[in-house]
Amino acid sequence: MMKAAIICSLVRPEEKMLIEAFAKRGAPCEVVDDRGIKFDLHALESWKQYDVVVERCVSQSRARYILRALKLAGIKTVNTFDVVENCGDKFVTSQLLVQNHIPTPRTKLAFTPESALQAIEEMGYPCVLKPVVGSWGRMVTRINDRDSAEGMLELRDVLGNYEAHIYYIQEYIHKPSRDIRAFVAGDKTIAAIYRSSEHWITNTARGGKAANCPVTPELDALCTAGARAVGGGVVAVDVLEDAERGLLINEINHTMEFRNSVAPTGVDIPGAIVDYAVKVAGG
Amino acid sequence: MVTAECSECGGTVTFKSAPILHELIRCPECGAELEVITLEPVAMAPAPTEEEDWGE
Repeated sequence: MMKAAIICSLVRPEEKMLIEAFAKRGAPCEVVDDRGIKFDLHALESWKQYDVVVERCVSQSRARYILRALKLAGIKTVNTFDVVENCGDKFVTSQLLVQNHIPTPRTKLAFTPESALQAIEEMGYPCVLKPVVGSWGRMVTRINDRDSAEGMLELRDVLGNYEAHIYYIQEYIHKPSRDIRAFVAGDKTIAAIYRSSEHWITNTARGGKAANCPVTPELDALCTAGARAVGGGVVAVDVLEDAERGLLINEINHTMEFRNSVAPTGVDIPGAIVDYAVKVAGG
Repeated sequence: MVTAECSECGGTVTFKSAPILHELIRCPECGAELEVITLEPVAMAPAPTEEEDWGE
């Protein structure tokens, strides 16, 4: 019988739903707390007891090291190390989207406040300044004019760590008070929600309200192409609606949250993730 | 339905389904986010605070 593990930092509602989905399928699933892991690179055999490991760490740095070690040991994982590398850094994601001709907002990268200010001025106002690594809308800033650009760049230069000195500058998309979060498992967009907010940041972690978004053939084609560009697996694709250019992929998330998306969509998202993991285990 | 005492305010926390070790739950009385640290008996402690690299 197949044996799975879920590695997580804490059992959030998502992890609990995944554990229950494994149980419903009669597949044993062990919960491994990442706080207790001690990898011995010369003795990774014990991990071979698992046919598949589902990585659900809330800490991105832990996820990267864990998946790198499991890749070394030849363990099948959901998601793979490569997917986490590609989604965990927004510039890498943008680069892969552009390389694969997938519609995405214009993006620039700079390393000094001076070159970042030039890039912002070239992009035009408003534009968006983001950290390359980060989630839940943290430190994502809309830059409305040169004064706010200079202020933000100085703050990041003086107070930030080395990662804050990498300036990811993105075109601001005048979206209709909402964006789309689409869930992809393997080669299918299984569900999508609109995230609506009066604030321009629409993350549900920041108060955005979730409502069902029909998965049209256009949305499915875009999101599955985006998922393929970052290496496939189980991902959440954030999509912006531009009045002229249509749908644009903004970001792709590798350890997606879905607690607020099951009820509005009526889709068993944890079940679909577990079905994908079972398929990986058998593949 | 399993209930347990909030480690912060002493309020009653109710689990909709069987609690799992390291499960996160919010106390409905004081709003504290708690982590299940033992199952027999069910006991909780304040959940770890969010770190810089936490996310999706």
